[in-house]
Amino acid sequence: MVIKGGRIIDPANNRDDFADITVRNGRIQEILPPGAALPSGEEVIDATGHWVLPGLIDMHAHLREPGYEYKEDITSGSLAAAAGGITTVVCMANTEPVNDNAAVTQYIIRKASSIGLVRVLPVGAITKGLKGKELSEMGLMKQAGIVAVSDDGRPVESAAVMLRALEYADTFSLPVILHCEDRALSAKGVMNEGALSSRLGLAGIPAIAEETMVSRDVLIAQYAGVPVHITHISTRGSLEIIRGAKQQGIRVTCDTTPHHLVLTEDSVGTYDTNYKMNPPLRHEDDRHALVEGIRMNLVDCIATDHAPHAGDEKALDFDLAPFGIIGFQTLLPLLMKIHLEHDIDFSQLLACVTKNPAKILGLDGGALGQGSMADITIFDPGPTWTLTEEMILSKSKNSPFLGWTFNGRVVRTMVEGRTVFVSD
Amino acid sequence: MNWPHKDIVAIADLSREEIYTILDMSTSFKEISKRDIKKVPTLRGKTVVLLFYEASTRTRLSFELAAKRLSADTTALSASGSSFQKGETIMDAAFNVMAMAPDCIVIRYPYAGLPRKLARELPCSIINAGDGTHEHPTQALLDMYSMREHFGTLEGLQVAIVGDIAHSRVARSNVYGLQKVGAHVTVVAPKTLLPPGVRTWGVDVSCDFDPVIQEADVIMMLRVQRERIDEQCFPDEREYAYFYGLNKRRVDMMKPGAVIMHPGPMNRGVEITHDAADGNRSIILNQVENGVAVRMTLLYLSLGGNVNGD
Ligand SMILES: [Zn+2]
Ligand SMILES: [Zn+2]
Repeated sequence: MVIKGGRIIDPANNRDDFADITVRNGRIQEILPPGAALPSGEEVIDATGHWVLPGLIDMHAHLREPGYEYKEDITSGSLAAAAGGITTVVCMANTEPVNDNAAVTQYIIRKASSIGLVRVLPVGAITKGLKGKELSEMGLMKQAGIVAVSDDGRPVESAAVMLRALEYADTFSLPVILHCEDRALSAKGVMNEGALSSRLGLAGIPAIAEETMVSRDVLIAQYAGVPVHITHISTRGSLEIIRGAKQQGIRVTCDTTPHHLVLTEDSVGTYDTNYKMNPPLRHEDDRHALVEGIRMNLVDCIATDHAPHAGDEKALDFDLAPFGIIGFQTLLPLLMKIHLEHDIDFSQLLACVTKNPAKILGLDGGALGQGSMADITIFDPGPTWTLTEEMILSKSKNSPFLGWTFNGRVVRTMVEGRTVFVSD
Repeated sequence: MNWPHKDIVAIADLSREEIYTILDMSTSFKEISKRDIKKVPTLRGKTVVLLFYEASTRTRLSFELAAKRLSADTTALSASGSSFQKGETIMDAAFNVMAMAPDCIVIRYPYAGLPRKLARELPCSIINAGDGTHEHPTQALLDMYSMREHFGTLEGLQVAIVGDIAHSRVARSNVYGLQKVGAHVTVVAPKTLLPPGVRTWGVDVSCDFDPVIQEADVIMMLRVQRERIDEQCFPDEREYAYFYGLNKRRVDMMKPGAVIMHPGPMNRGVEITHDAADGNRSIILNQVENGVAVRMTLLYLSLGGNVNGD
């Protein structure tokens, strides 16, 4: 197969130019300058006017299967991811049963491969049942195919358990992804704590609920000599702690979400539960700090925290509705928006969803070099379009971006050279 | 030549030459255990008190046999270490024992440091039969004896010690001893069972058992306790056995001539399977047999015996 005439943007190889790509046996065979002789008799995909990107890696998502198939399942999640240009979905362990043993891991992997769309890489629970007490069988799960362990959904309270968990995960060279939240501080909170939460009559989640745990976990990581990845940071304070840690040579990386880069707590004023997520939307100052964090390479990755919830769950009162929003199909459009509004290099944003997560998780992917896996997203930067519920391929439609107008859309997604999505 | 030590508290106190003296002499003492009449009058009239504040049938029996084969009188006193949390202190008890004028006290104790303290405070010989997670010198000496008996030398021997290194006095004593005699030690454990500062021990450290197994002459398996699960050192016995247990698959990977050791008591099915413990590579029962000979040597030397044996 030949992908012809596109603009290749690949942060992993510092490439941003026009070239043709030949694909064979699921890998990139050659990258040829425009006009070079191309092999004949091959299927040709005309990418003229389009951007050819490494397939996106979403390192934080919830596919809800097994256990919550009414919200999402691996099939609907895979379809939505493919439509969003995401070729690798890293899915969190808070399913039912929890992915804390090799049998659940195998179930997810077999199911995903039978669907045959995007690559689904499960994350194992740090502790059994996410209860924060006993370590899970990380070694056996790694053999079954997990790529990391995480406490997302229910953070580890005990510092002693966290220290052991980091050491034990490192025994098997498993990356650790931490959701930093002191749940005693966040308590019954449903939005960012401050003047606005008081005015709205909603219980708050203070920034320090996140920041005290970021501090703690950075210190534990330093003591254990083990790398950690802190997911969905949402405050300037968290970023400052991570900046200091990185300056000291502590091996800490982090991600934030697209919604924390474009939205603030001000949106909560309508009591629309599509603005209820954890961590909550913060102040404009925090949002601005995170955007600058991307620009300064302090924020390593952008991950959706795709968290589908059924309509009747999100229809509850703001106090009662579950946390979380979907994000697969709005990831790339939001990166484009940030690129345009904040004048951040598109390739720098792209690195946050390709090269950087691949490096942190030790994945083969996130690059468009000779011999790379042919996970490729073709993006047309031209059209403007408006997101409607009908376009959403997830089972759940809980997006705050419904009705938003975006620039550019995914036209084709390929996983190992197989087309898994084409726009109509 | 006179033996310079009143006590055997730690392998750390012994020189390489002294370790070899003990190993050499143990061969003659082992010969006594093979006789029809397994008794010599060497320590007649001496009194050895066995103070065991932690359950250990095997080590106590080994010391008792060693003392009896040398004709010493023995008295055993077993109690729980926790009885010293209030009221009478362990030092009160020790001085009471001392008032009965023993020549040697063999002490096992659940906390580190007591043998060192007794050695300093009491005029009789103190032999450490294991103190907390500090040292178990007689075990290390019988282990080294068993290795030398099998291989003919300790120099350059590749020894892998596998399991709960962090909480093991056997591991510590063996590491110190084996390094002094020129063996090469690799400790194998998940990071949660490695002691802080293990990198300063001068041993190789690995979290991956399989590559180590193919290089080792000796695989020494350590007992792993269930309470480590509650301390979040590993998730459960299934995963521990899979990654750190010695099973048939791993025995088949061992070098020709390599042997399996275990200080006992074994957790069969956890750190060691039946194939490994009872197969032809196991020298676990030799360890038990050699324990008596090595302890005879230590009692003999500590109670004023001459190094030349006359
Ligand atoms: Zn989370
Ligand atoms: Zn999440």
